[in-house]
Formats: sequence, C-alpha cells, structure tokens
Amino acid sequence: MLKYLLAGIAFGIILVKAELISWFRIQEMFRLQSFHLYGIIGSAVVTGMIAVMLIKKFGIKTIRGEVIHIPDKKFHKGNIYGGLIFGLGWALTGACPGPLLAQAGGGATVIVITLLSAVAGTWVYGKLRERLPH
Amino acid sequence: MWLRQPWPWYVAGPLIGLTVPLLLVLGNKTFGISASLRHVCAACIPANIPFFTYEWKKEKWNLVFALGILLGGFLAMTFMRDSTAVTVHPRLVNELAGYGIHDYSSLIPGELFSWQQLLTVRGLIMMAGGGFLVGFGTRYAGGCTSGHSIMGLASLQWPSLAATCCFMAGGFIMANLILPFILSL
Repeated sequence: MLKYLLAGIAFGIILVKAELISWFRIQEMFRLQSFHLYGIIGSAVVTGMIAVMLIKKFGIKTIRGEVIHIPDKKFHKGNIYGGLIFGLGWALTGACPGPLLAQAGGGATVIVITLLSAVAGTWVYGKLRERLPH
Repeated sequence: MWLRQPWPWYVAGPLIGLTVPLLLVLGNKTFGISASLRHVCAACIPANIPFFTYEWKKEKWNLVFALGILLGGFLAMTFMRDSTAVTVHPRLVNELAGYGIHDYSSLIPGELFSWQQLLTVRGLIMMAGGGFLVGFGTRYAGGCTSGHSIMGLASLQWPSLAATCCFMAGGFIMANLILPFILSL
C-alpha cells in the first residue's frame, strides 16, 4: 500500500506545482484566456497514450509479473448527463476531485466541506441510480 | 529555484500522464480519483444501496492514493510554495474586480473560499453546491478528469471522449453563463 501512498503524494505535489488546484486557472481555461490547462491535459493524454501503446506492444507486466489489463468502458447516457453536471461543478469549485484533495491538504481547510458535499453527491447518485436514465 | 516556481505545462502534463503507466505497472490499477468518493460511501454509509454494497476493501489502494494526494498538497503548499502573487489574465482580473475579488495571494481565492464565506449564499453555492455537483456528476458520468479525460482518452475509449466533451461543455456554460450571477450575489 505504501507505493500507492507515494504515488499519491507525487501526484498531489504535481497538482499544486502545475497550478491545477488554482480556481483562477480553471476560470481562464473556460474563458479561453490561457493555454496552460489545455497544454497540461493534452500532453498528459499523449504521454499516457504512448505509455499504454508501449505496454501493449512489448507486453510489459506489473512488478508482480501479472499481465496488464485495462477494462473497457461502456457508453451510457450518464457519460453525457453526468459529464455536464460535473462540468458545472468543476467551473464552480475550480477543481476536480484530485485538486480538491490537494487543496484541502494544502491548508484550505474549508474545502473539506466541498469534499463532504462531493461524497454526499456521490451517495445521492447511488440512491437515485435506478431512476436515472443510463 | 525551480522547485518553488510554478511548473510549465510541458513539464507537468507529461508527469501527470506518467501516472497512467505507473499505476498499471505497480499493480494493474486504472488511474481514477472520483471512485474514491464511492468507496467512502461504501465504507461509511452504504445504507443497503446496491451501488454501495461491494467489497470496497479490495479498492483500498484508491483511498490510500487519495490520502497521498492530500499529503502531497500539504507538502507542496508548505515547502515548495511560490511566495509571489498568482499571475492571472488581465481580462479575468477585470471581470473579478467587478465582483469585489482582488486578492491574488493564493491559488485558491480567500475572498470566495473560506469558513466565513461558507455562511454566505454565494459561498454556500460555490463550496457546498459545487462539491455536490462534482460528486453527483462524476459518479453519474462514471469518472472524472483523471478517469475519463486522462486514463480513458489515453486508452482510446470513446465513452471517455464523450464524457470529456461534456465536462468541458458544462464548464463553459457555468463559467460564462451562470457563474456571473452567482458571483454577483
């Protein structure tokens, strides 16, 4: 488990240093006033894509020697409706779930309330799930 | 020193992208953060809801990873902090000045996100309301920026492309059409 803790720590540091936890940067992105976040997401996707291709091409295994498997995601209407709802929240809070964690850890203690609300939102989704279009 | 300055996109982006193969190689884990919110529900308040009754302990790594992000945030803000003011696009500075926001000393504007602001209608909408939308929306969409926009796109899954387009559409609608009303409350 320690390795996942260390990976999380590294990721949290990157989120802060990349200013991904900045409400201002998110607002700039959604007003097309800065390339910064587009550059980050774009280069992250390209890097991840190359890495996944290499893993598949060379049959790279996990450190325990298991075959690496990436489960397929199935399309459902939630990708659309949920995506839009999350987008609204993203621009309001200026953060997605990862940055929210880094913000709370980084001293903005009130963000604990935002995180608890996010847990509540997740719970309400679970409760209403059968009645929502998918 | 570079450790204290903000990192440019071409350094930060590839590092974030490398999280994808890192988690795969460490233990066949698919990168995704919002799932941790579901595991918290399953661990603390399952309430017999089928969506929350599963063996969340098998997904413990995800909660440990989330805890790591929290610690990483603490370390970076405490020891690697840039003391200069945040540089923001002049048009945004202008717009925000109209709502009485002038403080650029922190990445998270204290004039909007603080315990005192939580007692205002604006603050309540932005922090509690925003958080709720993030939690509800990500789970409904089946992932957030990490699970869909990074992991999903990197592994060429088209549902993730649909979700990412909707994340952006929702963000544009909020930032340009709805947020001005909320900020002026």
